[in-house]
Amino acid sequence: MSIVANAVRGERVSTAPFDVWKVRADFPILSRQVHDRPLVYLDNAATTQKPQAVIDAISYYYAFENANIHRGVHLLSQSATDAYEAARGTIQHFLNAEESSEIVFVRGATEAINLGAQTYGREHVGAGDEIVITAMEHHSNIVPWQMLCEEKGAHLRIAPINDDGELLLDEFESLLHSKTKLVAIAHISNALGTVNPIARIVEMAHARNIPVLVDGAQAVPHVSVDVRALDCDFYAFSGHKIYGPTGVGVLYGKRKFLDAMPPYQGGGDMIRSVTFEKTLYNQLPYKFEAGTPDIAGVIGLGAAIEYVLKIGLDAIAAHEHDLLVYGTAALNTVPGLRLIGTAKEKAGVLSFVMEDIHPHDIGTVLDQQGIAIRTGHHCAQPLMQRFGIPATARASLAMYNTTAELDALLSGIHKLKEVFA
Amino acid sequence: MSELGDLYQEVILEHSKHPRNFRAMETANRQAEGYNPLCGDHYTIFLDVADGTIRDISFQGSGCAISKASASMMSQMLKSKTTAQAEELFSKFHSVVTGVAKEPPADGADGLGKLAVFAGVAGFPTRIKCATLAWHTLRAALEGKQVASTE
Repeated sequence: MSIVANAVRGERVSTAPFDVWKVRADFPILSRQVHDRPLVYLDNAATTQKPQAVIDAISYYYAFENANIHRGVHLLSQSATDAYEAARGTIQHFLNAEESSEIVFVRGATEAINLGAQTYGREHVGAGDEIVITAMEHHSNIVPWQMLCEEKGAHLRIAPINDDGELLLDEFESLLHSKTKLVAIAHISNALGTVNPIARIVEMAHARNIPVLVDGAQAVPHVSVDVRALDCDFYAFSGHKIYGPTGVGVLYGKRKFLDAMPPYQGGGDMIRSVTFEKTLYNQLPYKFEAGTPDIAGVIGLGAAIEYVLKIGLDAIAAHEHDLLVYGTAALNTVPGLRLIGTAKEKAGVLSFVMEDIHPHDIGTVLDQQGIAIRTGHHCAQPLMQRFGIPATARASLAMYNTTAELDALLSGIHKLKEVFA
Repeated sequence: MSELGDLYQEVILEHSKHPRNFRAMETANRQAEGYNPLCGDHYTIFLDVADGTIRDISFQGSGCAISKASASMMSQMLKSKTTAQAEELFSKFHSVVTGVAKEPPADGADGLGKLAVFAGVAGFPTRIKCATLAWHTLRAALEGKQVASTE
């Protein structure tokens, strides 16, 4: 297994050596106890914990800078606007987007995908057209397209995966034809950890003039993403999965697409001029940012990404890869345990089922030992159906996890076998 | 702090491994499916009800230890009971697993009988739905509905 970043890496990489204990010290919550045990937080694919730098950035904004943006002439409004727009610049740099106006702030990856469906989708998808997704998508990259297809009389096509949870590229390519208006695909699967070969997929789609939207919610905290190297047309992610606050996320779009798209919502900030007869819309990216946004959230997200860049995604990816190899080997020693998602290209997810022990019971027993994992269908019910299981238990990794925590997971699983012996 | 042993009582584990009345019933005249969408638990409850009495009850499906043991023990308890007694038992069971009844009743004293072992569920709020799924499904079947969901 190896973690492959589908992107060219340049100056956006730190050269400082990676020290997991130093990183852990930056996250206050990691020193707390649950059920009288040290917290072992392995539910990072659901949401990540926040470093002090993010907590401080949000506090600082509310304590010293709070004002509405893009409006007042007063000093506070100007400094709030500067901080908000500085975060946009940080994210442009982070994704290597060509310009900052291609970065649209939304509530999260879900809203980013809905924005794509409701604007680009409604303009370009008609009766009889097709949208291609994959069998491993999160509900947030299924349902918005289903809703669009229903509205337009279009069809959703599902590219299949193999038993390891890898996309079948030939089958994917065979679904692309003149009726295909869009490909929407996860960069990394939340339930399996599979890393999809986005650059290759974009190449296949572009060869037929089909644009590609990438759901990057699970990818940005783990691999270096360069939207220009990938050449994807849209890239969506959530702030809270990359050590930032909840309620904020990003839709990157190529200018040529964003310019041509109608607005998503109407309101303040997204207009240039309004009369009762006619409204002229604002320029990018404000056209898509109606209403007062989550200013503190955006500033917090900017701080989170600066924090990640300071540590360096290469170092993070290498550390998480070591953990994944270690954790995979550890779990494979447990009789009756089956890993779900064994792709060759895989990022920090250990999804598993156990003979005769339901994931929900696994979750409860581990929680009593201070170990937080996710159990359930992971908002990917069609994927669970593909594997013929109702649910899995999922341990998901972040940069602050340690091999000692994976040892704790393993001993927790042994305890589980005692309880259910 | 609630201990695991409070939740996973021996009786519960035993029922989850060897569920009673775990079969389809061809002669059922009431039937409902119950889902817990969050964890994927899914059961079908079969009933043969005549003159307000549950003549036979069985179930099928899959889910966690708590939900399966609850369905199994419910089926044992309800055979030959009237539908009114079943409702009454559900109401007692519900107040015990949700922690409304602070002291679990003494074994059998008020008719809850073996179901008192589920009192430990109250210390695990995320598992209450597991314990009540079969009962909600039973109620749906008795009311002539075909589907019950804990959400």
